[in-house]
Order: sequence, then structure tokens, then C-alpha cells
Amino acid sequence: MSAAFLGMPRRRLPETGFSPVQGKRPFPEAASAALSDPVLRRNLGHATGVIRRKRASVVGELPDWEELRSAGAAIKAETMARLPELLEQLEANVTAAGGVVHWARDAAEANAIVTDLVRATGEREVVKVKSMATQEIGLNEHLAAEGITALETDLAELIVQLAEDHPSHILVPAIHFSRTEIREIFARRMPGVDPDLTSEPRRLAMAARAFLRERFLRAKVGISGANFAIAETGTLTVVESEGNGRMCLTLPETLISVVGIEKVLPRWQDLEVFLQLLPRSSTGERMNPYTTLWTGTRAAHEGGDGPRAFHLVLLDNGRTDVLADEVGRSALHCIRCSACLNVCPVYERTGGHSYGSVYPGPIGAILSPQLTGITGDSVNDSLPYASSLCGACYDVCPVKIDIPSILVDLRARHVEAAQQASRVPSAEAVAMAAAAYVMKDEKRFAAVTGSMRLGRPLLRDGQLRGPLSSVMTGWSRARDVPAPPRETFRQWWSHRERHDGAASERGGP
Amino acid sequence: MTGSAREEILSRVRAAVAGAEAPAVPRGYRREVEASASQLLELLADRLRDYRAEVVPVPDDDAAIAQVLADQLTERGLRSVVAPQAVARAWLAGPAGGEAVQVVVDDGTLTWQDLDGVDAVVTGAALAIAETGVVVLDGDAWCGRRAVSLVPDLHLCVVRGRQVVGLPTEAVSRLQPTRPQTWIAGPSATSDIELDRVEGVHGPRTLVVLLAG
Repeated sequence: MSAAFLGMPRRRLPETGFSPVQGKRPFPEAASAALSDPVLRRNLGHATGVIRRKRASVVGELPDWEELRSAGAAIKAETMARLPELLEQLEANVTAAGGVVHWARDAAEANAIVTDLVRATGEREVVKVKSMATQEIGLNEHLAAEGITALETDLAELIVQLAEDHPSHILVPAIHFSRTEIREIFARRMPGVDPDLTSEPRRLAMAARAFLRERFLRAKVGISGANFAIAETGTLTVVESEGNGRMCLTLPETLISVVGIEKVLPRWQDLEVFLQLLPRSSTGERMNPYTTLWTGTRAAHEGGDGPRAFHLVLLDNGRTDVLADEVGRSALHCIRCSACLNVCPVYERTGGHSYGSVYPGPIGAILSPQLTGITGDSVNDSLPYASSLCGACYDVCPVKIDIPSILVDLRARHVEAAQQASRVPSAEAVAMAAAAYVMKDEKRFAAVTGSMRLGRPLLRDGQLRGPLSSVMTGWSRARDVPAPPRETFRQWWSHRERHDGAASERGGP
Repeated sequence: MTGSAREEILSRVRAAVAGAEAPAVPRGYRREVEASASQLLELLADRLRDYRAEVVPVPDDDAAIAQVLADQLTERGLRSVVAPQAVARAWLAGPAGGEAVQVVVDDGTLTWQDLDGVDAVVTGAALAIAETGVVVLDGDAWCGRRAVSLVPDLHLCVVRGRQVVGLPTEAVSRLQPTRPQTWIAGPSATSDIELDRVEGVHGPRTLVVLLAG
């Protein structure tokens, strides 16, 4: 087999069909629908504003936040460099603690493994902890097709599942719904719900508690992801708030955890860094209400605690391709806190669905296209452009992923891939080649910029007029076109030097 | 199939990171805080209350803890309480346990439905972290099985002064990695509806911490 990364674009998705990491429409098209939805914009603006303030306040409490970020970034870089040995160490320690480790090259393989494991228990219903990895592989849809009901137990995931919608945020997947909308969803879709339910968040949360309680107590199979997997000890960690995670990780006899290969951490000690970085960055809390850590099965624990059977499914699904790219690799450092979504001016206005992937926002804009492969003509190729490159995402990232630089790199890779994919150069490629020709030579540059003022009559109020307007319409639809000045900088500079020179001759010391 | 998937993934990972250097990890963050025992208790109480846990200070001896627990159980009108064996023996053998409140000792055979029928749970703790307002249970004789501290709707947790550390870093170095752990910061909560925090979802809706020190 060929494992070496050759830098060649490679399509990892079928041409048609549903993929949880790629939408049907390019970002600008999907975003323009979202932008014209005033309710969505109000919900998003409110929610991201609240969480930005909370995060800033608890991060500001720590005098050593930057030191924690630096440690987090270094631990993740170390993890990637040592990933082969760490994965083998994790496997050995999970196995020694009574767990069974499975390896899945892609979504189909992971779904098949989980389906077989559930079938072997004889159960037709499983309870789930919110997990990005299982969303990424479309596990619920696959299980449903196999006749197995997967019940999401996180409140927001339950809302989205009942609404037959898709998550729009990594941390708060129902961020696009207001309380009134959620009340409507529960009233219509939740079996046995109180018809007098109001839209008060407490009442809505209590309705979810009542609905799920009996299901938790009778569940025989739980499915989760993991925030961290410690190679040194074989310990897995799930960080959550509601207690649905504890229910799913504690009560069922069989526990199946689907975990991306990049979630491993080298040492137990590393948790001291990440259990500080994650809660403050994600929910803006000093600590999230519940964190569960378990190692293997009941047999390995004193006092008979833990599941009778534990299965760890290690998932590749495009990660090794991301890993092979030295620039893009650090997208795998992500701990799914979603701080970058909440500060992003693009996310705040367009919402998560516009990105078409379960990974939205700035991290999604670098992770999704790398997972699916930049081909030059795929829908995800549009994602690296879904950014103003303002850099707010980099500033808040708890593991210092340089998202703006990766966005720029991916744009360059997209242009190259597009050129390879199509023999006929695009208008953009022709324009860029022309610009390169002009800019390489000082005289050519001066001549062209000097003549730009001739275009002034073609512009009015930031809009193009005349013959160019039809050619440039794609570009200028969402942008004002600046009118060229009467005089270029170079022209102004040369007048100024002549003028100054004369002045100093007259009045100089 | 799985065997070959393992080999293929590992060999792809090896090829992808060939030549990558593992950086040294700079651990310049705080490893401990300068604070007296009473300052730590005060900070812990403040942080726990901030996330809607109820905090009850008690003198740090078994008789006092037993008395306060008995008062709590009767004042709240609870009819039954479950506890790990060590807790039941040390703190629930007194009058409240014998009279109004039924004490169920977890011998490892209680079913989830049994636990769901009990009003409250009393546990000890492995340690507590002042700065983040966290209590850690680790499944020992005082903390009990994870299900026992999860299913009942009210959790009374006894934390002793010597168990309180300042920072998460101190907690991680004290804890036994392979013990089943639950880190608890306040009662269960959600922020899923318009980012409004609501306390009390699936875990115990009320958390009462008895701070003994």
C-alpha cells in the first residue's frame, strides 16, 4: 500500500450522497440563505455574545493562561510526532485493563464495527453521549438503517434529533433554536410530554430529564466518544455538564467509545493542562459540572465499578492524510472547545449549517476540507475562503492552532488543485498570472498603476459601471470597489521628493 | 479485517510523521498556590456556591459530621438515603439513620431501579480542588460505586480539610489514574438553551457539600 503523502489532491468522498463533513452547496451559497434569516441571526448573535463574555471572564482569572496554552500546544505537537508509539501504548493499556481495541480506516468500517458490537448484545436501542466522532461518521443514520435506535441524550443533541435537524455548533448544537422554537419541538415530537410545557429553559430541561430517565435506567449499551485517551494508563475521559454522560458511561453493561486517533495524550499528567484549558475555553466555566475518567472494564476496577464490556474504536477517516501535511497537521490538535466559533465574525453571522459539515466555524474551515481532500472542484474547497483572516480564532485557541495561516495555505492548495483539475485556466488564475507579470518588474508596475486612474469614471459609490461590471460581478457583488486615486503613491512620492529637495536647498542648515 | 486496518493505519501514521520532532513541553504554569488551609476551604466554598452547590461548614470530626448529616436528612424531609459501607458505618449509624430515615448500605448488589427509588446519597470524597470548585470521587470505600452517587436526586458529599488542594495540577498528581473517577463541579447543569445556565438535569439536581475543617 502507499502511505506516503505525495501532495496530490485526492477525493475521499463519493461524488454523490450524504456526508457529515461536506455539505451539498458551497459556503457562499449556503451562507446567503442563512444571512437572510433574521431569527437565526438574532439567536446566534445573542448566544455567541453571552459565551464570549463568559470565556473572557474566566480566562482572565488565570495568571498562567498563556503558559497553559503553550504547554497544551507543545503536548499536542509531541503527540503527533509520537503518534505511532502512543497509539500502540494506548492499545496495550486498554487491552490490559480488559477493553477491546478496534481500528477503523474510515466511516464505513467504524459504523460496521459498532453495528456488529451492538448486534452481539442482542439490543435494539442504545443511549449516546454527544460525540463529534460519531457525528462525523454518521453513526446514528447507519444504526437506524440497521434497525437500531440510537438515542441522543445531551439536551441540545436531543433537540436536534427530535427536530430531525443537524447540529450547528460543536458545543451547543441547538444554538440556532430559540427557547420558543425548542418548546414547539418538544411539544410536537417528545413522546409523553406535558402539554402545558412552557418555554422556560428550566421547564424544558426537566422535560428532557423525565423523558430520558427510564431510558437511562434500562439501557444495556452506551456509545460515547472521548475528549482524551491517556496512552500511559489506558484511561479515557469524557467532559460534560448534564450528567447524561455519566449515565451513559456508568449504567449500561456494554460501553463502546469511538475515538479519533488524534485524541490520545502521552501522559496522565497532561490532563492537568487540558482539564484547565477545555472548560474555560468551551463553556466559559472554571470547570464543567461532570468529568468521568475510566480505565477498561469492571474487572480491572476495585469494587466492581465500570462497564462489563468496553470497546474502543480508533478512527482514522482521513486523519492520517491531515497528519501528513506539515502545515495542516495542527488542525488535529483541536480539542473541540468551540471558542473559535464563538469569536468568529463569519460564524456569528452565517451559523453552523452554512459550513455543511459537523465541524463548522474556523476550525471546520481548516479541518473539513483536509478530511475530505482538497480536489479543486469539491464543495469543501470553498471553506478556506469563509474567513476574513482577522485572527480572533488564533487568539482564543487553547492549543494555539494558527488557523489563519492554515486557511491561507489551504487557499493556495485549492488554487493549485483547481489548476490541475482543469486544463482551462480560470479567470482568477489568468488575472493572478497577469498581476504576477506586472508586479515582477518595477517599470511595468509603475506604468500599470499610473494608468489605473483612467478607470475612475467606471466607478460610482463603490459599484462598477460600464463594460467591466458584467465581468467582475461575482467579485463585486459582496464588495465595494474602491475608486483608484487621482495620483498613485509612487507619483505622489516622486513629487514630494522633488519638492522637499528644493525646500532643503533653500532653508537647510 | 481489523488486523489489516490496524497495520494500515499505523503504517500511514508512521509515514505521515516520519522525521517530525517531538518538542519539549514547557510546563511554566502554576504547580501549587500559596494559601493556608483555611484560605483554601474558603475559596472552595466560594467556588462551589458560585455553581449553585450548597455548602455546609462542619467541624472536622466524625461525631460532628454524623450530627450535621442527620440534621440535613431530617430537615430536608428525606425518607431514604444510600451510602457506601464506610460512610454508613462512620456517619449514618446515629439516630437519624435509625428513625425517620431509612439507610440503605450499598453492598454492590443494588440495581439502578433500587437506586432510583432512594431519595439521597451520602459519600465522602477522594479530594477537592479549591480554585475550580471541584470534588473528586474515585470509587474507594468512602466514595462508592459511580452509579450510587449518580442516580439519587440529592448528593451529600463530605469533604475533609486535609483533602482540599489548591489547583488541578495538585489534584492530578495526587490521584490514582486507573481508579474510576468522577470530577464534580456543582449540580448537573446545561447551557443548551440560548446559553442560559440551568442547574439540575440528569445528575443529582442538588449537591450539598459538607466542608469539614
